[in-house]
Amino acid sequence: MARIKENMIHGLFFLNGLVVVGVLCGIFAILVFTAAPAFKEISIVEFLATVRWNPTSYYKPSYGILSMIVSSLMVTIGALTIAVPLGIGTAAYLTDVASPRVREVAKPVIEILAGIPSVVLGFLGIVLVGPIIARVFGLPNGLNAINGSVLLAVMALPTIISLSEDALNSVPRSFTEASYAVGATKWQTVVRVKIPAAISGIFASCMLGMGRAVGETMTVLMATGCAPAMPRNFLDPVRTMTASIAIELGEVPYYTTHYYALFGIGLVLFVITFLINMAADAVLNKYQVKVR
Amino acid sequence: MRPRNVQEKIGFFVLKLCAGLVVLILGMILHDIVSKGWRQVNWTFLTAAPSMGMTEGGIFPAIMGTFLVTVITAVCAVPLGMGCAIYLNEYAGDNKVTRLIRMSIRNLSGVPSIVYGLFGVVLFVNLLGLGTSLLAAGMTLGLLTLPWTITASEEALKNVPQSYRDGALALGATKWKALKTNVLPYAIPGMLTGTILGLARAAGETAPILFTGAAFFLPFLPRSLSDQFMALPYHLYIMATQHHDLEKVRPIAYGTALVLIALILAMNLFAIALRYKLRKLKKE
Repeated sequence: MARIKENMIHGLFFLNGLVVVGVLCGIFAILVFTAAPAFKEISIVEFLATVRWNPTSYYKPSYGILSMIVSSLMVTIGALTIAVPLGIGTAAYLTDVASPRVREVAKPVIEILAGIPSVVLGFLGIVLVGPIIARVFGLPNGLNAINGSVLLAVMALPTIISLSEDALNSVPRSFTEASYAVGATKWQTVVRVKIPAAISGIFASCMLGMGRAVGETMTVLMATGCAPAMPRNFLDPVRTMTASIAIELGEVPYYTTHYYALFGIGLVLFVITFLINMAADAVLNKYQVKVR
Repeated sequence: MRPRNVQEKIGFFVLKLCAGLVVLILGMILHDIVSKGWRQVNWTFLTAAPSMGMTEGGIFPAIMGTFLVTVITAVCAVPLGMGCAIYLNEYAGDNKVTRLIRMSIRNLSGVPSIVYGLFGVVLFVNLLGLGTSLLAAGMTLGLLTLPWTITASEEALKNVPQSYRDGALALGATKWKALKTNVLPYAIPGMLTGTILGLARAAGETAPILFTGAAFFLPFLPRSLSDQFMALPYHLYIMATQHHDLEKVRPIAYGTALVLIALILAMNLFAIALRYKLRKLKKE
């Protein structure tokens, strides 16, 4: 009797564990099934490789998302350019230079930064970052790709810092001790021994930060100007994939090609973030094998 | 000084600068919101509904809406998340299914929040017929929070020493009995800490509730789970970009941002304090 009960409990927890697999597959399946009808009317090549996005045109609607993909990549690359050096530098400071006291204070600071909602950052992009950018570059307003990059960098920073910190902390002590033993300074040890030894973990942290930046919606929706055209440089307003879904899903009639096409954008986003995550995973796994 | 010592000084100074800049960014964010928002926040602002075309009044329905949707999020995410963590840490062997579950969790935490919103629109709003409602939005946020809850709960379970389990098993307790009496009581506070941090993040999310239940303006509170609701983050979005007189409502936007941040900071601080206290208890 007791054994049956135990087995049932085990079974229940097992089913519970499978729920997450179900949710992930469910998200993918729903995106595929809802996006599929769009591709009866639009060719996949037109969808991914043309620039004009004008689904509400009376004569000939067009459904090209290339400019959105480019916009998303632009703000993401901009964000990483800022966040990667800053994040790794901060992580290295916290693991190797800072006193334990400073470290105790830094942890909550980074957690609080991670906790600031994206909508608040988007708001600050309008009222704080925007005017500064407008003044510096002499633009009528500061709602453009640079603004989005700055905000996304702030969003990606906590991920990059805390995961890089973990990676640096898990470098075996013997590595650093060997470095000191041959007469290296602390700085030389950090730059030439610890960071290279932790590089795969640091790289993975940057990939995860990148995933966060690509998928972020509210900040880019509010602070990048949202002009649906091909951006020429970082001072142009951009409209990312996430922002397009957020703007249009509220107004589009259900079960039209336009509605299905928005799910098509969602599917592209899902696939991109999935690939980024898998790549980060692969890098980490390779590292673990090497240490063993 | 020898050149390599100079190099070290400069190098460490640059690293310190990086860390200082990160602290400065947080400082600037908090300073701007607090200095411009605090004058707006008073008793009326916290307890009245918006009035005069949302140019006056308070944000009470938005505060209550965020509170209610977070409660539903917790109800959806916490039992599922804890159960999944218990399976992974206590029952699962090292096999293909376990690796699949772990891979799914890592990927779920990387799925963009707007994609959860799309999922919620199709599954909860349309297929399950919940409509745009408190329940649909809460369930969407629940799924979003799930991976964080699982990771935090598993961490808490890992911190319970193996000897606690062995002791109970050696006395003849079944696995579930050992879990119930000797593991869960010690793990639950830690699980809660992580869960609160996850819920704080969910409370600030906007994209998943845009199309699953958040309303532009409602003068009253939701009366059932199938009603729409106002939410603080969505209200801030409207006040910052969608209102017809943006300059006039800027103070309200600042006030809303301050209340939202204060709410999330309070949840964070509560969780951090709880963790600190637990760590101290463990040391004794």
